Amino acid sequence: MSARLALRAAVLGYLGLLLAAPVGLVFWRTFEHGLIPVWRVLSSHDAAHALWLTVLITAIAVPLNTIVGVACALAIVRHRLPGFGLVNTLVDLPLALSPVVVGLALFSFYGRDGLVGGWLEAHGIRVLFSLPAILLATIFVSLPFVVREVVPVLREIGVEQEEAAATLGASDLQTFLRVTLPAIRWAVTYGVALTTARALGEFGAVSVVSGAIQGRTETLTLYVQRSYEGFDTVGAYAGATVLAALAICALVLMSFLQRKGETR
Amino acid sequence: MIAVEGVHKRFGDFVALHDVSIRVEKGSLTALLGPSGSGKSTLLRVIAGLERPDSGRVAIGGVDVTARPPQERGIGFVFQHYAAFKHMTVAENVAFGLRIRRRPRAEIRARVAELLALVQLEGLADRYPAQLSGGQRQRMGLARALAVEPQVLLLDEPFGALDARVRRDLRAWLRRLHDETHTTTIIVTHDQEEAMEVADEVVLMRRGRVEQIGSPRELYERPASEFVLTFIGPVSRVAGAWARPHDVEIRLAPDGADEEAMVERIVHLGFEVRVELVDREGERLTAQLTRDEAEELELARGDVVWLRARRLARPVGGEPGHGSNGHVR
Repeated sequence: MSARLALRAAVLGYLGLLLAAPVGLVFWRTFEHGLIPVWRVLSSHDAAHALWLTVLITAIAVPLNTIVGVACALAIVRHRLPGFGLVNTLVDLPLALSPVVVGLALFSFYGRDGLVGGWLEAHGIRVLFSLPAILLATIFVSLPFVVREVVPVLREIGVEQEEAAATLGASDLQTFLRVTLPAIRWAVTYGVALTTARALGEFGAVSVVSGAIQGRTETLTLYVQRSYEGFDTVGAYAGATVLAALAICALVLMSFLQRKGETR
Repeated sequence: MIAVEGVHKRFGDFVALHDVSIRVEKGSLTALLGPSGSGKSTLLRVIAGLERPDSGRVAIGGVDVTARPPQERGIGFVFQHYAAFKHMTVAENVAFGLRIRRRPRAEIRARVAELLALVQLEGLADRYPAQLSGGQRQRMGLARALAVEPQVLLLDEPFGALDARVRRDLRAWLRRLHDETHTTTIIVTHDQEEAMEVADEVVLMRRGRVEQIGSPRELYERPASEFVLTFIGPVSRVAGAWARPHDVEIRLAPDGADEEAMVERIVHLGFEVRVELVDREGERLTAQLTRDEAEELELARGDVVWLRARRLARPVGGEPGHGSNGHVR
């Protein structure tokens, strides 16, 4: 009994000290001098634009990675074609690589002297230091989550239900929409929440390829970093609070949906 | 009704089907019987379109369907592990095929009610599959397959995952259902008793080939090969020849007997008594006696007795293992 209490205290203490206390402190620091300075910071053009950019990038990257992620998972599990073992490994690459490496890779590929960057530039398309680069970096780092959540569930449900649907006259699309998708919906939900959290918080790769131009290519994470370095503590904490609040919302929504799903 | 001609199917190095041809008449109930790995399930899946044959043709109702997907074959398929749509209720499962066909709502409701009554699941329409027993799930699977009024009903080891009693009940029930609906039906099973009991015709398969096709009685009385003889019903080997256990006579004296053996075990099965014996070579065999015969002999464990086969069971016609072509009448 006392051993169990000790274990519980140790775990809670560890998590509290390492996670809850620092994050809680961010919230406290933010509202230390009331709401007015926070509001003033957040309504400034740069902060508002950074928030807008982060939300926009997330709003594009998450649906895209959800669709591509489900397609990848189907390809990995259902079609035993040569090359899909490679897909399975490639999908994990963003998890294994440091975001800075991802940023550099994109830089060398799309930069003016890069493999395709020069050609694109010649055709008037600018990737680096603009929206496409931030989007590419965010998509890259947040790709694996939906795939990793959906693959084991697809494996577990097997092909029998899909075969049954086919014998009952359902087309491939009907089978996917009526049988496969409902079976994997909680895995997709979970994957979407993780993808959202990752896309909101991406810093390393974006900081390399975006150029971090104030009011133009500066995402909220970059804004927090610049404010902090410029001794604008109110700005840094306000930005951080917004970021944390968005991510926590995603996680809470996910666990709420999951609990609702499990009670069925 | 169903014609399979010269079908070959390989999975890598494994030959699942080798030059298989069968013919199934309209309104019949045919069993595909064989040990595991004999190709019976693969043959069923080829007929359903769930597996593509490497060569050969499949025709249903006189139409060549070899190149058609399962959706366009007019079949109903029942899976061994039910393949229930877990996120749908029983009624939604049964209605699935009708919804895909965009039938009017009122018609779907009426048809589902009718089918649930047929499979005796009336009160369970709003349950989810997880809330049903195995037998109930399989009856739901049958109702779902029958909903689309298939030309052909295909069942892949439908009772294989159920316990012995439920299995026996459902088997008898399936036979009655077939006698009412007369849907051309093929059932895959590895259980010879199940095949003999339920089917009009049995296709016995072995190692991807058809070993023999015939009525249960034909297979039992006129087996085409030693494999058929030993697979259909029990057999005992008396002095190097096959005999059915009820044709093995036990004598207490050696005169006119074929072989000497020792009683190892006596099993009382009500009216019948099964005597398990070991011969001089250490080979095990059984003799089936009536209770009166057994009492008269006063057998006990360890007794040495003499055996005689009243009648031998021999394969007839054709060389063993032959018979990749056959016709179900």
